[in-house]
Amino acid sequence: MKTVRIGSGAGFAGDRIEPAVELATHGSLDYLVLECLAERTIALAQEARAQDPSRGFDPMLERRLEAVLPTCREHGVTIVTNMGAANPASAGARARELARRLGCHGLTIATVSGDDVYDVVMAGDFAIAETGAPVSTLKDRLISANAYIGAEPIVEALAKGARLVITGRAADPSLFVGPLAYSLGWQFDAWPALGRGTLAGHLLECAGQVTGGYFADPGRKDVAGLERLGFPIAEVADEGPIIITKVSGSGGAVTAATCKEQLLYEIHDPSAYITPDTIADFSQVTVTQVADDRVAVDGATGRARPDTLKVSLGYRDGYIGEGQISYAGSGAVGRARLAAAVARDRLERSGIAPADIRCDLIGISALHGEAMSTAVAEPYEVRVRVAARTPSRETAGRIGEEVESLYTNGPAGGGGATRSVREVVAIASTFIPRALVPCTVQIEVA
Amino acid sequence: MKLWQIAHSRSGDKGTISNISLIAFRAEDYARLTRHVTAVRVRERFAGLVTGEVRRYELPSIAALNFVLHGMVDGGVTRTLALDTHGKSLSSALLDMEIPDDDD
Repeated sequence: MKTVRIGSGAGFAGDRIEPAVELATHGSLDYLVLECLAERTIALAQEARAQDPSRGFDPMLERRLEAVLPTCREHGVTIVTNMGAANPASAGARARELARRLGCHGLTIATVSGDDVYDVVMAGDFAIAETGAPVSTLKDRLISANAYIGAEPIVEALAKGARLVITGRAADPSLFVGPLAYSLGWQFDAWPALGRGTLAGHLLECAGQVTGGYFADPGRKDVAGLERLGFPIAEVADEGPIIITKVSGSGGAVTAATCKEQLLYEIHDPSAYITPDTIADFSQVTVTQVADDRVAVDGATGRARPDTLKVSLGYRDGYIGEGQISYAGSGAVGRARLAAAVARDRLERSGIAPADIRCDLIGISALHGEAMSTAVAEPYEVRVRVAARTPSRETAGRIGEEVESLYTNGPAGGGGATRSVREVVAIASTFIPRALVPCTVQIEVA
Repeated sequence: MKLWQIAHSRSGDKGTISNISLIAFRAEDYARLTRHVTAVRVRERFAGLVTGEVRRYELPSIAALNFVLHGMVDGGVTRTLALDTHGKSLSSALLDMEIPDDDD
């Protein structure tokens, strides 16, 4: 029985690069997936493309591909990535140039386009899922509208001989389902198979999160070698359990516990994990350690995919300004509270609504609020954080100014003030019929 | 006892909805988790942080519960003023929850 080995070489836009090289070189892989696109990332990429039509793909595209292309070529590994972001066509052109420069002549590159549905959602009658308001009310604040597309165009690209497939907003698990469906001959109504493939993709899509990353807790859940964390490999056949493993000798660990945590990561109803390819059912899954760093995951299935596709809408929503300053020693908490109160008072007097201002004491109550904090003794040091939402960049700058001026106008012994301003790109969603999202696959040869 | 003595956890988010898993280290502790860590108790635990419903899903095949917290305060990942915009640290707050240790 044919077994496909598929590795996950990146779990987010800023992920480490060398684990992907290790996977491609030593993983005996058929496929290497590089998942680099989050909801905000694609909105920011659309903004980059608006400023320069040749950009809008992942800014680390060239660094990542330069690191993995030659070794993937040498070891016969096909790459699937969503680093096309808001501009798969330009990403493909850039990848072709790079492949030639690296001596990978004849490399077949496919780009998948069609997920950009900005014009469709602005022209049509679609409601924002979170508020019920029409999408068109976002008007010129709307930066991006990208549908989560499924695995079918990836299968088409592979069938056309692509050894590097570059998509935009494909759903994360679909990047894995595509190669699995192509290699194992799954049709797009083979729902239980697509559900299994979706499970493999879900377990792998955050890369190091299933091999010991986002897991280690010294004394309770020890993980060795996080500084050289190995990224995961799934072995998938047409039937039987999915095996999750990693390159022998790499850091981290694949255990039943790491797999169970990732199985439920960002899952709501485990019996209805909705993707463009299937509604997967993970509710009966079993997880069994079969050897060191080898875990068998079985029992996933799926049912018919939804008729609509989710669209991620990115829109401008003002600015957030922030300032921080630290206090130490006996009485630090009292001085920190005084500092926060002074900054808040002055920001409110300047016209910022109280609800748009947040003051935190880092070390005490910044993460979960005062009620959760069980501080038994006063900490040696505490850091005040003041953040506020404002309509303009200029006003956002005032927050940092108010905190910085606490140096000379606030409580005793304030040190280490920092300030920042960022534009808020908020994300909402809507749903549109599949038929409105035709995808195209373009082939280029390096 | 604290939950972290018998279980581990991971949190994730989708916009204004967070989920927190709770997984028994030993399968025999799953019943204890289902008995003591109800949706109501989890909602109380996160009273200041959650405005909406808390739903619990049971996964006996992996001795785990999955809590879905609707209406996280402050507007969700992309526009929140909170320091931990993604709620990645919520799992630690759940694991510090106290449950009775005398009912075996």
